[in-house]
Amino acid sequence: MTELKRIIKAGFVNFSRSGIISWAAVLVVTITLSVITAIILLQAVLHFSLDQIKDKVDVAIYFNVDVPESKIMFLKESLENLPEVEKISYISATEALKLFRERHQNDYPTIQALDEIKDNPLGGYLNVKAKEVSQYESIANFLKSDNALVLGSTSIIDKVNYNQNKTVIDRLNNIISGAQKLGFLITMILVIVSIIITFNTIRLAIFISKEEIGVMRLVGASKIRVRGPFMVEGAIYGIIATIVTLVIFWPMTAYLGRNMTNFLGLNIYDYYVSNLIQISIIILLSGVLLGMISSFIAIRKYLNK
Amino acid sequence: MIYFNNVSKIYNEDSVALDDVTLTITAGEFVSIVGHSGAGKTTLVKMILADDVPTSGTVFFESINIPKLKNKDLTKLRRRIGMVFQDFKLLSNKTAYENIAFAMEAVGKSNEEIESDVPHVLELVDLSNKMFHFPNQMSGGEQQRLAIARAIINQPELIIADEPTGNLDAINTYEIVQILKKINDLGTTVVLTTHNRGVVDSIGKRVITMEKGRVIRDDKSGKYII
Repeated sequence: MTELKRIIKAGFVNFSRSGIISWAAVLVVTITLSVITAIILLQAVLHFSLDQIKDKVDVAIYFNVDVPESKIMFLKESLENLPEVEKISYISATEALKLFRERHQNDYPTIQALDEIKDNPLGGYLNVKAKEVSQYESIANFLKSDNALVLGSTSIIDKVNYNQNKTVIDRLNNIISGAQKLGFLITMILVIVSIIITFNTIRLAIFISKEEIGVMRLVGASKIRVRGPFMVEGAIYGIIATIVTLVIFWPMTAYLGRNMTNFLGLNIYDYYVSNLIQISIIILLSGVLLGMISSFIAIRKYLNK
Repeated sequence: MIYFNNVSKIYNEDSVALDDVTLTITAGEFVSIVGHSGAGKTTLVKMILADDVPTSGTVFFESINIPKLKNKDLTKLRRRIGMVFQDFKLLSNKTAYENIAFAMEAVGKSNEEIESDVPHVLELVDLSNKMFHFPNQMSGGEQQRLAIARAIINQPELIIADEPTGNLDAINTYEIVQILKKINDLGTTVVLTTHNRGVVDSIGKRVITMEKGRVIRDDKSGKYII
């Protein structure tokens, strides 16, 4: 207990006495944590945009005009049992007509033609939304297959617009998975680069204390007594860097939130503020662990004497 | 207390630091090891600290086979030995008080012991007025006195002083030697390496003379003769 207290105290004393070296290390850790925070925010924007795009994709199943609603509902239920299906909404023939009229309310010739027919020329349809964009194909195949569950369903279906949209859906699917892979790759590269830089800075800071470490060992200090204060120092770098990073990102996200919300589709400031606790925990843990582990590894070389 | 048996240290064919050294140091002795630079004095004391391992032969501290020590036991051994170096080897980012407190913390002394003993030992080496100075705010002689205070604070059985006066002027050298003699009078074994003739002659105790890695003279009450 006394040992731990002494180690922690020594860590703080060393930090304050190392002056500019300590602050250089804090600066580098701050840069690393800023990179991590920026990546968290970028990922949020990316996912938000991708989700919005994904949300716009669905497949409509159009039915023949005279199909009884019970049959449609039966198909709807069996589709709902598919694991790929996120949600299905049924638009009845009457609703379909209403929506059509709304959409074409300024298109006078069309409305006039519709009025002349008197009967509702439109059938009902199901809007199917899959969990993943890539799953539309299997849903379309299911509809084509005419299996026992949906006996005779092919005869009631007028058309499924999946085949029309297939190229667009496929391309979108490629873009989404590409964007996610690229995002992950860039994240990994940036994180690895900043970790290496931080590690080397801390290594330099400890290299300066090489002699001291040797002297401490000669005086008979145990490994943990020598290593402990350096690890405490590493943790202090992390804690201060976390605070600095959080403070820096406050006005930055506020500016982006005010000026870039339309472009990004997401208010970064709102996102930052509402996720502040999670972000703080992530970067605090990253910063403290990075500082402590770097110190732990960097000092190993000078301890084995 | 310390036994060297046929100890050799060979870095390569052209560089032999120790050549078949056999000697014994008994408890309570004041031993001066003298010789030119490169004679093997420092290598010899490094072996006692396990800071260097022999190529052949054995080094014992009482019943401890030093070169075979594990890391954990090494720490224990070093706590029984106080060390003083030519370049002082003080902790530069710690004050005089903290340098000594650190050595006490290392062996697990309590805060109360530290608070009462540190001022006492600083007074002993006449550094009471420099208690909260950093090493770079002190003169060479003061730094060496601080190093000695640190070496004796845990009441070691053996003090090893490797060229402690090498960087000091005549007056400071005299003071350091007087302190070491006082420590020896109180019963602690002292091993001193030096190439300072005046120092050795003023002590008048056992002198081991080394040359090219060999012990060439071992006098009970010797002078510096090369």
